[in-house]
Amino acid sequence: MEKLIEQFSFGLFFWQIVIFVGLVLLLKKYAWGPILKAVNDREEGIRKALESAESARKEMQNLQADNEKLLKEARAERDAMMKEAREVKDKMVADAKEQAQAEANKIIASAQASIESEKQAAVNDLKNKVAELSIEIAEKVVRQELSAKDKQIKLVEGMLDDVKLN
Amino acid sequence: MHRFLSHLYLSDMRREFTEKILVILFVLAPFFTWAQHESTETESGAESKREGIKAFIDHHLQDSHYFILTEDAEAGTHYGFPLPVILWDNGLKVFSSSRFHHGETVAEVDGNHYALYHNKIYKTDAEGTIEYDDHHHPVNAKPLDFSITKNVVTMLLVSLLMFLLFRGLANSYKKNNGIPAGVGRFFEPLVVFVRDEIAIPNIGEKNYKKYMSFLLTIFFFIWFLNLLGMTPLGVNVTGNIAVTFGLALITFLITTFTANKNYWGHIFWMPGVPKLMRVVLAPIEVLGMFIKPFSLMIRLYANMTAGHVVLMSIIGLMFLFKNWIGSSLSFGLAFALSILELLVAALQAYIFTMLSALYFGMANEEHHDDH
Repeated sequence: MEKLIEQFSFGLFFWQIVIFVGLVLLLKKYAWGPILKAVNDREEGIRKALESAESARKEMQNLQADNEKLLKEARAERDAMMKEAREVKDKMVADAKEQAQAEANKIIASAQASIESEKQAAVNDLKNKVAELSIEIAEKVVRQELSAKDKQIKLVEGMLDDVKLN
Repeated sequence: MHRFLSHLYLSDMRREFTEKILVILFVLAPFFTWAQHESTETESGAESKREGIKAFIDHHLQDSHYFILTEDAEAGTHYGFPLPVILWDNGLKVFSSSRFHHGETVAEVDGNHYALYHNKIYKTDAEGTIEYDDHHHPVNAKPLDFSITKNVVTMLLVSLLMFLLFRGLANSYKKNNGIPAGVGRFFEPLVVFVRDEIAIPNIGEKNYKKYMSFLLTIFFFIWFLNLLGMTPLGVNVTGNIAVTFGLALITFLITTFTANKNYWGHIFWMPGVPKLMRVVLAPIEVLGMFIKPFSLMIRLYANMTAGHVVLMSIIGLMFLFKNWIGSSLSFGLAFALSILELLVAALQAYIFTMLSALYFGMANEEHHDDH
């Protein structure tokens, strides 16, 4: 320790402080300041570039997701539209069928009615014809029968017998 | 709590490290002793050589008024250059250290005589007599010595190097669109390392910015000086107590003057303990305030000095053994230790910076309720 103190040189200490403090101040202005600033700037630049790349990637992902969503929506809409169209078509067909059926029924019904009335008319006509024919026949028969007097009496007697029996 | 643990961990690491070296030395010891016996016939010559090496190491560890690159002790010639001497002795005295002729002559300036003794300048008479007290310490007057010594020159060189290097890095950003160019590519990760691994974890995201200039400067300053200590220039700046004292003092001052209320509260009136304990703890905590930077000072000084002493001693052994086994073993050991010292150079810079950041972090700690 004593040797250390003996070795201690105040002059060297003085110069050391002067040189070192001067060096710190000089380097601070001309070296460390600019160096640290440049390093910081570069690191900041790298950080920013990485961040922007990341955000671009995210944006891209969002865009893709959006696209996907839009596509999905469009597809769903198309499906819905097709389904609706199909329903409309089915309904239209059904309606048409129903209407046609009704019309047909109506036509059939009216045809049947007219057939019935024709038939009736034909039957009536036939009846009249039959009656006319019967009367003509009867007239002819009666005229022939009643040409002789006894036959006329016989007929009247027969008729009278029928009435008595009744 | 974790701070104390990290302290312990660091000291543990160092202890482990020292233990490893001791084991290596122990294993190699028989070779050395055997090798030493070989050269017993030149006992006295080896003795003087040993003394010479010891003196050389001592001399190397100290600051100097010359920048000597190499010397030939036998011929008495030195290769290097003298440095300016600046003294305050009733007025400023500036002269070249060449006037001492490497301590052999007395320098006469404005009617005063100065002599160099163990790298210190003393005021003497015309003959350069130095009087000693009982402990063989010189009693001559010592003028205030503000000389530009070898260590000052080295620090200036390192400062210039750092300034050019990091200003170049700062400028390369502008020219190169925010990307470092040239040698800055190596140093920029270190700057980021100091920020991300030292400053932010210890001080916190909120407050670290104001300490960055100091932390970066001290990290590279210590590291470069440590590395320069490994060169054949033979400088030992970070192994000088005045330098480490100055660095630790700055850390202490920054800690003290940027400390918040919570920090002082923990020192003088520790929250969460009984009142009596607070009174007992206060002086301990105040002592701790000074011990922390003191440990910084001693740690750096001791590590660098020890590294230089061990390395130079082993290099010195090469010249003592003078046989192929001992000398080559010493060479191998010196080589391995040099690599280790390169690691220690960076490690000590890291530890000094890390602990400084830790102390700044303590000074900036926010109040927590969980005490």
